[in-house]
Order: sequence, then structure tokens, then C-alpha cells
Amino acid sequence: MQPRLSGVEPMEIDDPAGPERSEQADPTRVHHDTEPAPAVPPGRLYAVQAALVLLRLGPVLILAVLVLVLSASSPYFATTQNLGNVLAQSAVIAILAVGQLLVILTRGIDLSVGSTLALAAVVGALVFESRGGGVLTICVMLLAGAAVGAVNGLVYVFGRLPHPFIITLATLSIARGLALSLSHGQPISGMPHVVDTVGGGSIGWLPYSSFLVAFVAIVVTLFLTRVVWGRWIYAVGGNPEGARRLGIPRSWVLVSVYVCSGLLAGIAAVVTAGRLNAGSPTFGQLAELDSIAAVVIGGASFLGGRGHVGHALVGALMIGVIRNGMNLLNIEASRQLIVIGVVIVLAVESDVVRGRLEERFRALKAAGA
Amino acid sequence: MSAAAVPGLAVRGASKTFGAVVALDRVDLEVQHGEVLALLGDNGAGKSTLIKCISGVHRLDAGSIEVDGQEVAMTSPAVARAAGIETVYQDLALFDNLDPTGNFYAGRELAGPSWMPRGLRWMRRADMARSAAEIVDRLQVSLPARSATVGMMSGGQRQAIAVARSSAFASKVVILDEPTAALGVRESRQVLDLIMRLRDHGCAVIVISHAMDHVIEIADRAVVMRRGRAVGEEIPRPENRARIVSLIVGGDD
Repeated sequence: MQPRLSGVEPMEIDDPAGPERSEQADPTRVHHDTEPAPAVPPGRLYAVQAALVLLRLGPVLILAVLVLVLSASSPYFATTQNLGNVLAQSAVIAILAVGQLLVILTRGIDLSVGSTLALAAVVGALVFESRGGGVLTICVMLLAGAAVGAVNGLVYVFGRLPHPFIITLATLSIARGLALSLSHGQPISGMPHVVDTVGGGSIGWLPYSSFLVAFVAIVVTLFLTRVVWGRWIYAVGGNPEGARRLGIPRSWVLVSVYVCSGLLAGIAAVVTAGRLNAGSPTFGQLAELDSIAAVVIGGASFLGGRGHVGHALVGALMIGVIRNGMNLLNIEASRQLIVIGVVIVLAVESDVVRGRLEERFRALKAAGA
Repeated sequence: MSAAAVPGLAVRGASKTFGAVVALDRVDLEVQHGEVLALLGDNGAGKSTLIKCISGVHRLDAGSIEVDGQEVAMTSPAVARAAGIETVYQDLALFDNLDPTGNFYAGRELAGPSWMPRGLRWMRRADMARSAAEIVDRLQVSLPARSATVGMMSGGQRQAIAVARSSAFASKVVILDEPTAALGVRESRQVLDLIMRLRDHGCAVIVISHAMDHVIEIADRAVVMRRGRAVGEEIPRPENRARIVSLIVGGDD
């Protein structure tokens, strides 16, 4: 960190002045103050620390402010009926975002989730049409999602692709194409009762789908924080090469996050199909972007390794609240797109600022502590 | 270092080629328990290839590696670790997004139940935190809050964590690649002290370093490599410095 101190320079051996200079440097081993420490008042350290805490809490604070502002400016916003709407509308994004979070934690991206959702919904509708059976239909939808995820993961890892962008872009196209051709481009109406209930039912004003989101969130949180495999997901995201060297099965960890993301897209398909009592090849268009936006807006790092399920949920809720609130305030859809775009830029920028601040914090610590 | 003692690590006739490049040419090396061996040489001399072969990253074309007198086929990093060899790479292989405990146990988490596949076990987080704290105390590493992620720590602390991780699990041999490069004077001091404590705990330690002062201070013996061969051995002392340097750069032949 202080390359000017000759005693530790790698090239010192070839340098005839080496020994003398490092002997001069010796006193600094005792008198630490000769390092740039005096320039660091403890106040600056606390300021950086406070800014970091603020940045981490940022998304939750912004969501709270949004809710307060909207409650004040629209009499309908804070009604239970509308809040139930917001939850129902956010449920699909939230489920997809949890899957996307797993992928982003490993420095990846899954562009196929929207198309996977549509394919799973269409396949589910076809199975229900020909055979019926709620459990079978749901299982087929989940399997279809996981299968697309497995293709993503296996081709990415074992095809040695440099980045998952391309393969998931390809399956975005393939899954949508399959959904369109299987359904002949038409929505297939009719879903089993259990699917309709999960997607469209509610207890009072609380939609069933929000319980499903809570369930998914708890399971994935426990998986990420308590199970060894979850720890490995963070390790692979933090240092892929280091993970390999320490004997973590990096390839399979990577494959697994795409399978999980696909599986969660299958669950999101159940919710979407249940809400509309149909399977349509047009489901989930641009949902991949919503899910990525939710993860990033929520505060997970786009650079991998940092983030938790709470981030995905807060981000999904924020998108849901912004859309709902702007509808209530009669703001056109075109402006909503702009607002969400701006929020994404702010979120990514705050991630970059966070990285810078952490570096600064480290430097201050090294100099002063 | 009596001649009768079984060396902690012995490399015999190690050879390795990459295409037309001879990276290692019949290298012999022994390190005793409680000894610090410095591995010296210019860039491209074969030091890194040698330690990568010892730690299972590369496989030897010919020759053998023995740990406590037992020959071990170093086919993967996991085999080397199981044999009691730990390596601190120059880039540390730390996880900036995990705390020190997570870094210590990355890839060997304490978890159960044992009949489950390793990846699906439930982590024993309290056990890991407790024994990580013990390691940190035993090696007298000073860290800030133990819950902070390693990414928030200074270069010296990160290096200390990487060294402590290796020493905690190395029953026999610790290999350190440039442990003090990129560190300030005070941070280097911390790491050098740590290396000496490793030696005192009976580890066989191999250190690659270009910093002659550090080599003279901590190493009991120095082996010099040039063009893939071990070309000389010296006891590092200030008065030997010029000799060692000339061995490294090949000035005397």
C-alpha cells in the first residue's frame, strides 16, 4: 500500500541502494507516526462509515419516503385494497428477482426469466387442457422452468462461455419461440383451481401470492445464510478463482443458480397463470429487466457477491409502488418508464459510490488504525 | 535439523515442462518441521511452478513429493490440503464479501449432519465463529470488528487473515508466495511475526520473497533457483547477501 517504503519493494534485490534505504526505513517500524497517519482525524473515518450505513439503508429509506409521499398525495394509495393490489402486482417481480439475485450474486445475469415464465405457463396450460390435475400442472410448470435454467447453466459453464449474457439471451429467444409455437400464438385459457387460488385468491385484502413470496423469501434466505451451498454461492461471487482453489465446486455452484432462477421463473408462472386463469406466450415480456432492476434498486451489488433476499424484495416492492403510485396520480406510462430508468441509474451509481467509500474506509483505517 | 529427522516436506527430482519451456529441472528440496526455508530466484526461475506443484495446482512430469516421509501424489489442491499442506498465494484468494470466519472456513465449513451431501449441510456458525476467534487469538492477529467483511480491512490485516487461514489448517507445511509484497513496513512486520510463530508451532515453512531483509531476518535456509534448477543453498546472513544476490542473478558462472 505504501510502495515508497523500499524495504518491501520486490525489485529491491537488484538495487544496490536497497539495504541502506531499508535501514533508514527501520525507525518507522517503531514510530508509526511517520506514516501518513496524522493526516487522518478520526472524524473522517466516522463520516465515511456513516455514509456507508446510509447507502446500505438507502433503498429501504427511499421506499418508506415513497410510501409516505404517495399516502399523502393520493387518498386511495394507503387503502388496504390498493396495498393488496401493489402486493399482488409485485409478487411476480419479487419471485423472479429472488432468482435473479442468486444469479447476480455469482456475477452473472439471467435474461431468460420472462420467456421462461411464458414457456412454463403455456406448457402448464397445455397439460391442464389435456390431462387436468392441479399438482401435475404445477409440477410441470416448475420443471419446465428448471429445465430452461439447467440449459442456461450447463451451456454457460461447460460450454466455457465468457459470460452468461449470451446464453441467457439465446434462451430468452428460444423459450419465447417455443411458447409461441406450442400455443400457436394464442393464450390458452383455463388453469386448475389450485393455480387460480395461488395466483388470484386472497385472505381479506392480503393476496395468497404474497404468502408465496414470503415462503420463497424465507426458504432462499435460510439456504443462503445457513446452508453450505449458499455460502459457496457467495464465495464464488466474491472470488471465483479463489473458490476453485479452495475446493469449492465452482462449476456446479454456477449451474445451480441458473437452475434455481429457472425454477423460480416456474413459480412466477404459476402466479401469473393463476391471476389470469390462462397460459399465454406473451406473459412476462420485459420481466427479466424488472427482475434485474429490482435486485439492483434493492441494493444488491451488480458486481456480485453482495446482496440478500431482502434487497430483491425491497426492489420489487419499489417498482410496484412506483408503478401503482404513478397510475393513481394519472402519470402516463411513458413517464413511469423514465422514472424507473432513472432509479436504476441512481441505484447502480450508489453501488459504485459504496465501493469507493469502502476503499476509502480501508485506506483511512490502514493509515490511522 | 539433524540429518536423522524425517523432513516435513521433501521434493525429489521434480521436473515440469510447459510445451518447450522447462520450468523445473530435477529440483530437490527438503524442509524440516520448525524451519523456515526461503525460496529465492529471479522472475521465471521456477519458484512459482515449484510451489504450485507442491500445492497440487500443477502436476509434476517426473519426481516425487513426500510429506513426513510419505510420498503423496499431488493431483489436486484438495489432495495437498488433505496432506497438511496449505498455501498462501500472492493474490491471497480471499473473499472480500465474507467476514474473517467465512474466509477461514471457505470450502471446509463446519456443518452437519454428516450423512447429508457436503453442500446441503446446515452450517454450525457458532462453532466456526468460536474456533476462528481462537485461531485469531492464538496467532495474535489484530483485527477490527470480526463481523466486518475482509474487503473492509487493510492490506496487512488481509494478509494476516490469509496466513492465519493457512496456518490454522496446515498440520505440516505452509507455503507463502511473496507474503510481504505490497505491504507497508508495519504491516510487513505483523506478517513476519506471524510466520515466525508458525515456525515455533512446528510447521515446515516455505517463503518466496524478493525482500532480502525479510529473508535474512526470518529464514533459516535459502535455496536459490535459476532457470528451473536449484543452483545453490546459503544460510541467509547479512554478510552473505552479495553471494545470494549473485546466485540469483547468475553472476558467478
